[in-house]
Amino acid sequence: MASVRSHESIELMTYSEVVEVSGYVGNFKVKIRKKPRYVDEDKCTGCGVCQEKCPFKADNEFDVGLGSRKAIFTPFPQAVPNIPVIDPDSCAYFLRNKCRACEKFCEAGAIDFEQTEKLVEVDVGSIIITTGFDSFDPSPIVQYGYGIYDNVYTGLQFERMSNASGPTGGKLQLRDGSQPKSVAILHCVGSRDTNYHEYCSRVCCMYSLKFSHIIREKIPDAEIYQFYIDLRCFGKGYEEFYNRLQEEGVNFIRGRAGEVTNVAETPEEKGKLIVLCEDTLIGRQRRIPVDMVVLSNALEPRADAGETAKLFSLSRTADGFFMERHPKLDPVATMTDGIFIAGCCQGPKDIPDTVAQASAAAARVLSMISKGEVEIEAATSIVDEELCSGCKTCLELCPYNAISFDEEKKLASINEALCKGCGTCAAACPSGAIVSKHFTTEQILSQVEGVLI
Amino acid sequence: MKYYTYFPGCSSSDGGAKAYGSSALAVAKALDVELVELEDWNCCGSTPYTSVDELASLCTSARNLALAEKRGLDLVTPCSSCYVILSRTNSHLKEYPELRVKVGKALAAGDLEYHGTVRVRHLLDILVNDIGLDEIASRVKRDLSGLKVAPYYGCQVVRPGPSFDHPESPQSLDRLIESLGAEATPFPLKARCCGGSLIIPEEDVALGLVNKLLDSAVGGGAECIITVCPLCQTNLDVYQGRVNKKFKTHYKIPVLFFTQLVGLAMGMGIKELGIEKCIVSAEKILAGYIER
Repeated sequence: MASVRSHESIELMTYSEVVEVSGYVGNFKVKIRKKPRYVDEDKCTGCGVCQEKCPFKADNEFDVGLGSRKAIFTPFPQAVPNIPVIDPDSCAYFLRNKCRACEKFCEAGAIDFEQTEKLVEVDVGSIIITTGFDSFDPSPIVQYGYGIYDNVYTGLQFERMSNASGPTGGKLQLRDGSQPKSVAILHCVGSRDTNYHEYCSRVCCMYSLKFSHIIREKIPDAEIYQFYIDLRCFGKGYEEFYNRLQEEGVNFIRGRAGEVTNVAETPEEKGKLIVLCEDTLIGRQRRIPVDMVVLSNALEPRADAGETAKLFSLSRTADGFFMERHPKLDPVATMTDGIFIAGCCQGPKDIPDTVAQASAAAARVLSMISKGEVEIEAATSIVDEELCSGCKTCLELCPYNAISFDEEKKLASINEALCKGCGTCAAACPSGAIVSKHFTTEQILSQVEGVLI
Repeated sequence: MKYYTYFPGCSSSDGGAKAYGSSALAVAKALDVELVELEDWNCCGSTPYTSVDELASLCTSARNLALAEKRGLDLVTPCSSCYVILSRTNSHLKEYPELRVKVGKALAAGDLEYHGTVRVRHLLDILVNDIGLDEIASRVKRDLSGLKVAPYYGCQVVRPGPSFDHPESPQSLDRLIESLGAEATPFPLKARCCGGSLIIPEEDVALGLVNKLLDSAVGGGAECIITVCPLCQTNLDVYQGRVNKKFKTHYKIPVLFFTQLVGLAMGMGIKELGIEKCIVSAEKILAGYIER
């Protein structure tokens, strides 16, 4: 990311949001809202004094509720750019008109409380969408006790906990600060479940295995249990990693956990979380007491994927992810020319797959740029201006937003770069003014005649 | 005034849970709800019967629905078992056309027919969702603040399939207790099985389940338990002594019907609500509140 930022041909706009997209391949106009950071990006040196001096704290979103951050903060140490942002919801100056400690201590004089949001318009030839995913919130699955029992964590929380720069400095610990002696990792939480998401989230098996390895490394004598339906170790080197963990003494229990409870039945279970499951390999119900439970929760579409889809005229599959042009032959492009997708916004995938798809998307854009021209459909529709009555029926129907209305001439006109020749407008036009090139009424009728005779 | 067809079921009308039926009717009356007993009703089809002869059980059950359909109102029952069986008959008849034909024939023999339009409701659903907690709270006359109550839903009222509350973590009874001014205690096993009719053929299994429930309720700090099902009440109340003997425990926690607690909050008396019929006496715990 740092090299992206320093690249002379790349302009990185963080803390910004696309608000409007118009135009077509090679000629997009994109309106971007730059949110106020209240820190002057040109003056800030990233020294971090403001974050040290700021007296106000809030939950750190990046640590998923496990740690805190200041009111002026960078989400994590490696964040790009290394320029903090002030959160007006937790900053005393915005809330009570007091403090301004950051301003006093900033040697570069970069703090600017007067900043307002800016609208920027840029011309671009193509767009790659990589909006990623949201982590499934497991609290609706009450039987797993997330949000009810203290020591039930999501995968992302565990990930933060095990991170050396995370809220516990990489120490695996329970809420009371003690070290867990046994950990249960529950697979497919919210995935492969008709009540939540039917699809497989693809990454959970491997990150669950990675968690086991981390636990084994940090707490060598810990008992680790994996509750799985199937282990889908499909990638290069993945199966070998699974085998290695079996040798490391991780307990693999084939059976989706039914419940996590704190209701003990025996003295050994007292004070522990008990995972109830059917072990389908031995054909018995089991109760397994552990100190910590990690839920390998699903990947799901971003909460605002619907709005993003509307903004860029994308389609979504039934599971809510953005739809590619073709699931096998064109998994990078979308139905709109010049707009590409990569990563988990298209569907759950792991890092190597994401990198491959992102590289493909970048290559597609580069090939368009180096060619300097785009190929368009031969069979587009055209408007016969003599016949068009200006009724605007076609405008609403076009799935590619290719038809515009000339208010002066009161006529519809079709943008050939956008038209895909689907024929919807031609079929709907009440005055017969729109014809699909190579599929005119006469051509179709003669074909029919040919077939009949 | 709200009107419903009322299906008391065997326990609440003339069986061990007579007090449930009478308190339900008394509370309904006080809340301006008219429960008109279904004329000529019969057994709901009952859980044990289902496992012996499902078709006969469905026919028995469907007869009640056919009778209720004539009145065109929701069919309300206070018994979780009746609620589940009648609801299941409804959904089975909708889902399986071949059953519809067979059951239809049986009904026709009694000059009846059923078109599947009756909505089966549990009394708890009516109180919480039709009458509303605010309305109930506004009718509270007796101060129950401080009374710690474990809300016991049992397994049937929220299962199977979509019901009026969450199957794993139901809340309606908790909210009802709070609207009455009492305190709902944490009760992790609130939607677990009480052993049901297993108390007869497999007493050991059922006693084990009852023991867990009592342990969980008492562990949560409850002074009494309220139930929404006659069978749950029987198992938890009547068999408490046997649990104590078998597991060497000392439970002495009264088990009331939820309607009794609602009635109590609305100012009704112990006798009127049949609370004195409980095996584990509730009078001692409630005495302080009655005098308030």
